[in-house]
Amino acid sequence: MFALVDCNNFYASCERAFQPQFNNIPVAILSNNDGCFISRSDEAKKLGLPMAAPAFKYRKFCEENGIKVFSSNYPLYGDMSTRVMNILGTFTPDMEVYSIDEAFLKFDGFKDYDFDAYGREIQYKVQKCTGIPISIGIAPTKALAKVANKIAKKLKSRTGGVFVIKSEEGRIKALKWSKIETVWGIGHGNLKRLQTRNVENAFDFTQLPDEWVRKQMAIVGLRLKKDLEGIPTLDLEDDARDKKAIATTRSFESTYSNIEDIRERISTFASSCAEKLRAQKSSCNHIVVILRSDRHKKNEPQDRGTAIITLPYATDSSLTIGNYAVRAVDTIFKTGVKYKRAGVIVSGLIPTNERQLDLFSSENPKHHKIMQVMDSMNDRYGDYKMKIANQDLQRTWKMRQEHLSPRYTTDINDIIVVK
Amino acid sequence: MTSKKPQETNSLTFFTPDDEQSLDIPISRNTVSAGFPSPAEDFKQKRISLDKTLVKNKEATFYARVSGQSMVGAGLDDGDLLVIDRSLEGENGKIAVCFLEGEFTVKRLLMEKDSITLMPENKAYKPIRVSKDSNLLIWGIVTYVIKAV
Repeated sequence: MFALVDCNNFYASCERAFQPQFNNIPVAILSNNDGCFISRSDEAKKLGLPMAAPAFKYRKFCEENGIKVFSSNYPLYGDMSTRVMNILGTFTPDMEVYSIDEAFLKFDGFKDYDFDAYGREIQYKVQKCTGIPISIGIAPTKALAKVANKIAKKLKSRTGGVFVIKSEEGRIKALKWSKIETVWGIGHGNLKRLQTRNVENAFDFTQLPDEWVRKQMAIVGLRLKKDLEGIPTLDLEDDARDKKAIATTRSFESTYSNIEDIRERISTFASSCAEKLRAQKSSCNHIVVILRSDRHKKNEPQDRGTAIITLPYATDSSLTIGNYAVRAVDTIFKTGVKYKRAGVIVSGLIPTNERQLDLFSSENPKHHKIMQVMDSMNDRYGDYKMKIANQDLQRTWKMRQEHLSPRYTTDINDIIVVK
Repeated sequence: MTSKKPQETNSLTFFTPDDEQSLDIPISRNTVSAGFPSPAEDFKQKRISLDKTLVKNKEATFYARVSGQSMVGAGLDDGDLLVIDRSLEGENGKIAVCFLEGEFTVKRLLMEKDSITLMPENKAYKPIRVSKDSNLLIWGIVTYVIKAV
């Protein structure tokens, strides 16, 4: 059996864990730089605050409707996520952390288990220890666990947040309830093709002939179909390999039209990507650099520049990745454009210890030692005391975070106060 | 050190050493040139860790700062640091961090049949009695208090 555990409105729940006065009040969380809404409590959803709504357009709406707004507090969310995942890990040895607030658990050899009771025990333990409410769907396959989770969440008053697909009738009922566009792994492209075959729900999808699905949706589609039929086909994925790309992208407080400023930002983002690569012992083969103007300012020149670089060898060096990324800036930067957002994405990841040896082009071996020293110094002294020379040494970059809550769990000066 | 995944060609095998996973091997700083080795060497143990001693349930442990004197009789002074375990149940006689009327408060729990009383330990403060179905939230149980002297 598989379970999909999902934290309910995770970021909002993290804020509420330390500020319970907002427990029954609509809460919404802004993205980095307070750009747009990325998490909403059930109450805020009901009021009609759209997902990804730009903050400036909805400032008044929030005030009028009494929606409590928070800037995103990633140190807090990251720590709370780790706590939740570690607790989940005590319930089974096989687990795949799917995102910051979702995990698949696999129950191999749990014969004759009362999964409904077990699910409720998991739910109670996580809520009790962390204050984070979760929903759990349990079923014989991963895709069905996803379906069960949706039922647990959507019909909360009946399920209490835990739903198990245990019988064949239960499976068919659940699939008929699931609209095809809500099924995990069904993309926009497939949706159109499926609609031509009158597929309305997940059950209709499982009734299609295998050959048609394989032809139209390739092996991925067929695997999904088998999984929904109750034949376990999708297994837990290896976390490191699953992460196909690492990105550092940010909106700026204001806009930048000077290439020097942009070069500096890109160099910093490249360093941050390289550091994340080293932390998970991966190297990258490709670098993508993006520059974006402010699309809300329609009267200004708009530009969306993207450069994709294929490296001569896989690397995890901040120096190499930074150099290539900065060179890429020169190719896409346009004079006169005010850039609002930029980012570096590294992809084509491979484990660093499986890098191909190349006789003619490879990393200067000194980089490896330099990077080790850099990581350990930054670890010890914090706040990126050691930087690459084209990163700004004076400035510690500040995001716009007007509604930021304290770092209750990662900074001793920010802990809760009790009377 | 371990070697991982050899990359094989026809006749040569290349190994990329995995030197990222360093092993912490305790090495004595007292190098003894040719004399007698330190008699303490065989008795090396891990240093005492307050973290390990005070934190029983890592994922459920949070910290709080005391403000005010309402629990001074229990040894909780203004400015003290509290270790809170959220995994523990609220029981009669335990000191708990509760959330009531918009703020966190630390008091000793007096559990009765259909009410809970939050007992201060300072004569200047009054007990707060709430019914069991009120919206009192028992947030966590205080397990240790750490104070500067």
